[in-house]
Amino acid sequence: MTWVRQLLAIDRRIIFLLVGAGAALPLLFPLNLPVAVTPRVRAAYDAIDALPPGSKVLLSMDYEPDIMAELFPMSVAVLRHCFRKHVQVIAMTLYPAGTGLGERAISTAAKAEGAVLNRDYAWLGYKSGFQVVMIGIGENLRGMYPVDFYGTPLDSIPVTRHVNSYAQLQMVINLSGSSAADYWIQFAQGRYHAPLVIGCTAVMATDYYPYLSSKQLLGLIGGMKGAAEYERLIDTFGDARRGMDAQSLVHLIVVGLVIVGNAALFISKRSGGDGGGPASGSMTR
Amino acid sequence: MTLQTWIAAFLTLCVFSFLYKDNPFYRFAEHLFVGAAAGYLLAVQWQNVLIPNVWTPLLHDHKLVVLIPLALGLMMLARAWDKGAGIARWSLAFYVGIYSGVAIPGYMQAQIFAQLADAAKPFAPGWGAVNSALVLVGLLTVLAYFFFSAPHKGVHGAGARVGIYFLMVAFGASFGYTVMARVSLLIARVQFLLRDWLHVLPGP
Repeated sequence: MTWVRQLLAIDRRIIFLLVGAGAALPLLFPLNLPVAVTPRVRAAYDAIDALPPGSKVLLSMDYEPDIMAELFPMSVAVLRHCFRKHVQVIAMTLYPAGTGLGERAISTAAKAEGAVLNRDYAWLGYKSGFQVVMIGIGENLRGMYPVDFYGTPLDSIPVTRHVNSYAQLQMVINLSGSSAADYWIQFAQGRYHAPLVIGCTAVMATDYYPYLSSKQLLGLIGGMKGAAEYERLIDTFGDARRGMDAQSLVHLIVVGLVIVGNAALFISKRSGGDGGGPASGSMTR
Repeated sequence: MTLQTWIAAFLTLCVFSFLYKDNPFYRFAEHLFVGAAAGYLLAVQWQNVLIPNVWTPLLHDHKLVVLIPLALGLMMLARAWDKGAGIARWSLAFYVGIYSGVAIPGYMQAQIFAQLADAAKPFAPGWGAVNSALVLVGLLTVLAYFFFSAPHKGVHGAGARVGIYFLMVAFGASFGYTVMARVSLLIARVQFLLRDWLHVLPGP
């Protein structure tokens, strides 16, 4: 059938245009679809919400610009929650390009909640070596970070003055798009028994469900959807919530294309065709 | 609107132009990214690692112990010359030994023992028992699928076939999440173009 063959040989750039329109239109004309909160994100929120004022948490923002779409809104939401609860944050990153992003996330959240550098948070910046840094913090924070990102000795910073290891921290929060999360589980939680919350990219999320079940994690925030849920819980409307309408529409387009593509392939094979085959500009290339 | 926003928007469009076809604008953005990333990495390593952890302790605090990791690090660079490969192996041996000693117990504890303990716990009460039973069946049948020392026949074969279905469900969930992740990246770029560059969306 001609129309089936034409459908199977559709120029992939038409699909790109469809997906692009699906991403742009809901941003211009919001649908305000509801964002349901899942138990995993609720558990992360509850764990942070239960911290008494004056508690100290270590927040490691281990990501670079390639995945900032998912983890940057998450960072801002978690930081804003901590600042609102007067929980002091010691922030760091294990990725070189994470320094600029981490600093930006902190300044965005601090500006929104009125938090002050060194009084409400400290920014330690980047240090290389995943496991070395995690174990180093467990043994002697100052051995790993003699000074903060701006060159101030940790003893001169009120937030870090009495912190020397995980023992003085009430929680570790890791927002990561890589195997760094595995190492935080192995070392911060496994070896030093620090309560741990993880936020990760959507690609990684399913890998960490078993750690929730085994209580190695207190909560799990997965991808832009998880960030949107967190924004809803702290009653803000950030980039993640703004993006969820587009997310839903593009998912519908993808599901529709999968169904149409498979149906066309099925019809083509039933009518004795070869399934279309790769043609010039087809989606199979 | 700043010059940085214009540059970022131009580079974003350069990369998106690859969706039409490969072109010089895309290759320009690609090469610029590689060069800028390498330069940035070097600068951050120097400023955040070498100065506070090596330079200052050695020259200002006179901590001579820093010389040991510094020497091991410099020995790694000897790999750049054929005759220096042997010297670099000393550093590598040290690194592999330390890494194994650190990583293996951590991995066993967090990924094996803790998960085994969770898998062996009693069934949850009420409807939670259904979840517990599914986890148990999934665990056993997937393990059966990955047990290749006996042919997949009889009870073992049936279990392995059920395991394939559990694996397919897991792959499907993972793929769904992957689509969501990739779409998120696109949405963020579109948000940047529409809000920060074109100002047709309200600010954050």
